[in-house]
Amino acid sequence: MEEKVKTQLKFTAKDFASDQEVRWCPGCGDYSILAQVQRSFPDIIEKEKEKVVWISGIGCSSRFPYYMNTYGFHSIHGRAPAIATGVKVANPELSVWVATGDGDLLSIGGNHFIHACRRNIDLKVLLFNNKIYGLTKGQYSPTSEVGKKTKTSPYGSIDYPFNPISVALGSDSTFIARTIDTNPKHMQTIIKRAADHKGFAFIEIFQNCVIFNDGAFDSYSDKSVRDENLLFLEHNQPMLFGAKKDKGLKLVGTKPVVININEPGNSVNDVLVHNEFDDSPVLSMILSHLSDSPNMPVPIGVFRQIMKTTYDEAVANQIAEVKKIKGEGDLEKLLFAGSTWEVN
Amino acid sequence: MIVDLNSKKHTKKLTEVTVRFAGDSGDGMQLTGSQFSDTTAAVGNDLSTLPDYPAEIRAPLGTLYGVSGFQLHFSSNDIHTPGDRPDVLVAMNPAALKKNISELKKGGIIIVNTDSFDARNLKLAHYESNPLEDDSLKGYESYPVPITSLTIKALEGSKLSVKEVTRSKNFFALGLMYWLYNRPLENTISWIKDKFKNKADLADANLKALKAGYNFGEITELFETRYEVDKAKLPAGTYRSISGNEATALGFLAASVKSKLPLFLGSYPITPASDILQFLSTYKNFGVKTFQAEDEIAGITSAIGASFAGSLALTTTSGPGLALKTEAMGLAVMTELPLVIVNVQRGGPSTGLPTKTEQADLLQAVYGRNGEAPIPVIAASTPSDCFNMAFEASRIAVKFMTPVILLTDGYLANGSEPWRIPHANEIPDFPVNFRTDSEGFHPYLRDENLSRPWTKPGTPGLEHRIGGLEKANITGNVSYDPENHDLMVRLRQQKINNIANDIPELSVDGEQQGEVLVLGWGGTYGSIKEAVMHVRNRGHKVSQAHFRYINPFPKNTSEVLKKFNKILVPEINLGQLSKILKSEFLAPVVSFNKVRGLPLRTSDIEDKILELLGEKK
Repeated sequence: MEEKVKTQLKFTAKDFASDQEVRWCPGCGDYSILAQVQRSFPDIIEKEKEKVVWISGIGCSSRFPYYMNTYGFHSIHGRAPAIATGVKVANPELSVWVATGDGDLLSIGGNHFIHACRRNIDLKVLLFNNKIYGLTKGQYSPTSEVGKKTKTSPYGSIDYPFNPISVALGSDSTFIARTIDTNPKHMQTIIKRAADHKGFAFIEIFQNCVIFNDGAFDSYSDKSVRDENLLFLEHNQPMLFGAKKDKGLKLVGTKPVVININEPGNSVNDVLVHNEFDDSPVLSMILSHLSDSPNMPVPIGVFRQIMKTTYDEAVANQIAEVKKIKGEGDLEKLLFAGSTWEVN
Repeated sequence: MIVDLNSKKHTKKLTEVTVRFAGDSGDGMQLTGSQFSDTTAAVGNDLSTLPDYPAEIRAPLGTLYGVSGFQLHFSSNDIHTPGDRPDVLVAMNPAALKKNISELKKGGIIIVNTDSFDARNLKLAHYESNPLEDDSLKGYESYPVPITSLTIKALEGSKLSVKEVTRSKNFFALGLMYWLYNRPLENTISWIKDKFKNKADLADANLKALKAGYNFGEITELFETRYEVDKAKLPAGTYRSISGNEATALGFLAASVKSKLPLFLGSYPITPASDILQFLSTYKNFGVKTFQAEDEIAGITSAIGASFAGSLALTTTSGPGLALKTEAMGLAVMTELPLVIVNVQRGGPSTGLPTKTEQADLLQAVYGRNGEAPIPVIAASTPSDCFNMAFEASRIAVKFMTPVILLTDGYLANGSEPWRIPHANEIPDFPVNFRTDSEGFHPYLRDENLSRPWTKPGTPGLEHRIGGLEKANITGNVSYDPENHDLMVRLRQQKINNIANDIPELSVDGEQQGEVLVLGWGGTYGSIKEAVMHVRNRGHKVSQAHFRYINPFPKNTSEVLKKFNKILVPEINLGQLSKILKSEFLAPVVSFNKVRGLPLRTSDIEDKILELLGEKK
């Protein structure tokens, strides 16, 4: 009896921790992501923990599945979205999560990423973006900024970086969000929101690499400046930021400008109101490029969420539909189909 | 010669005929050939076909590189190949004549569409003068027929444009060939009616052209003789004509039904493998899930994911695609998940000859991976054998928890032959035991075959992690321990070696020991078989053996090899099986290699055997 009561109790973060020793560098942002996932999961997975599958490619982030006490698959470089697609299509009842990094997802795995987005497969993808190659020891990544000096770019990187949010938007991902390793509460909220989304969910997580790119996000994540420089996106709320919430984002044509709402002639009514569920991706795209311009805040939160039939659902629907028309498959009939002849 | 009561013309009995249809790639030669094959199958001949078409979908009209051909060998006897050289050539234009005339048997029949022999087409075919008017067709029995204009005449009053009317000329040619070889029109008539059921004008035009061609044969003074080939004496049963790719798709479907595993195919279209994806995508009512991936790598990795989730998972491809899948194959080896990888080999390297056949991916299949990554390799020997081997590949993959490579080739894939259809209840079940018991569970615990347990995500209490990093024996935790790696490398190899206990021994046709054994693998079976038969018919003792299982080899391979003084290994590569046999068995093999993008010629193999026997043909 006691045993039964016990099994019905809610999981705790510990239930999601495996017995494997976590081996990331001390101070790595990955620890925070692991902790927030483990803390969020009891609210996401209320029973049947066995239905959770974590899939990864290669990189520091991709060691993630080993540390989760769920089903897991640490695969090969860049291919996690494709493997996850196979898992989810084969068994849509599974809750399939992908842990990946900027090199893994956007460089070698770029093709799989955009196609998983457009197909709207019900996967949750957590991009650990530290703007550097960590596991291969410090080469520039597809999200590194121009001019970045690394071992393979001693004179500065001349590659223009990918903007992961706009890539996901451009590929029609149905849920797109961003969070940051130094804000645990925010990250937990976003993880739960992604879990609730029925369809492909993409979360970019700013994650600090203490060894090869320490402080990459300091200019907007450091305690001293984050209120001034982070714009927290909230549905139906005006896009205000700053320690006193006196700065707001206004749209002039298609160009975003920052105004102080307390200055004469300005009002909170001039400030853009965030609509996560907007049918059009245009405003989200503008937001994703906001920080390309100097003195603009960096948006954090859910950029966009729309609803579409998922790929795995469509596969199941089509099978049901064809069965209805053709009837359940019959091997004998199929083998003997078409023009046959008898030899006596 | 006998007189057909229904016809004023003579009918001559033949035992076998090889026909080649050749025309422009827009002329519908593949369709014409396959209709002739289907009808030929239906009247009970044994047959074998060889479609041979350019990689370009519609090469410029009239050019030599745009010629599309379809060869068909049919007989009242047991046959095994599409025939070395045609007895009859139907040439729809000068380029088709030019490209094929050298292959035609001496004294063979040529039927040409004279309408297409204008100055422009002759120039495109690089003819200096019109071969119909000079002496170049001397030595052949040539029949000039104005096929285009006769078709246009037959379709007078049609609502179709001249261009569309002209397109029906292949049915005129087909009708004429049906008359010449005494074939009924019914099969093709019902095919046309079904195919064009929503395009009444087209159906009508094609039917009229078909009948006009047939009647032309009857009325014209051109032909005095028609031919008849009796039914073949095949084993009793119900038959259908089947191509290798269709047989492969059906074999996997049968494996899915017999294992009760849902089928998942992750694939990227590539010639000549695409048909398998196309066929399987029509079997949705069997619950088959086909995923047309964004690339070859997503094809195989999605299949690996589906296998992890508990499906019978496949990926299909051709040479260059197999190269792209290499890294993922290693992952499947390391994670010890069942997976079938089909490689429909084509001419290589690189893009090579996309529409032509070759068997030059053997070394890639057996060895082409990083690390010690043993994968079983099996090969189909005839179009219908693709059914058996697809089923076998699935069975081995599941039983031994391993990826398996199934090799077929362009000739098997597109070639067709009569197939005695097995009843569903004659196909054996193969059991699949998913691990569900958490008591004493470890992901890399092994059974008597050295296979690890297959555990589906979703099974309570068995949560575990797998991946590409080396695993500790039994626990499956990541391990960099040197001794453990050595052990795991050996265990993975031993597991594959154990498959030899689970496959049939190599059987030898003919004497079990002696002077010459002709030993092949894969799609060259028919050519080798006919060559050996011809040599034996000349009174020589020659034996034949054929590998369908290559890694591991059948258990008695070494024993068989030792019993013959000379071992001839014909292959459509530069000696890949020979190389493996030499290194594995130190066998004294003699290689015979032709890499022309075509099946091996029976006569070439025959000459080589005779040479080995010390006799010149």
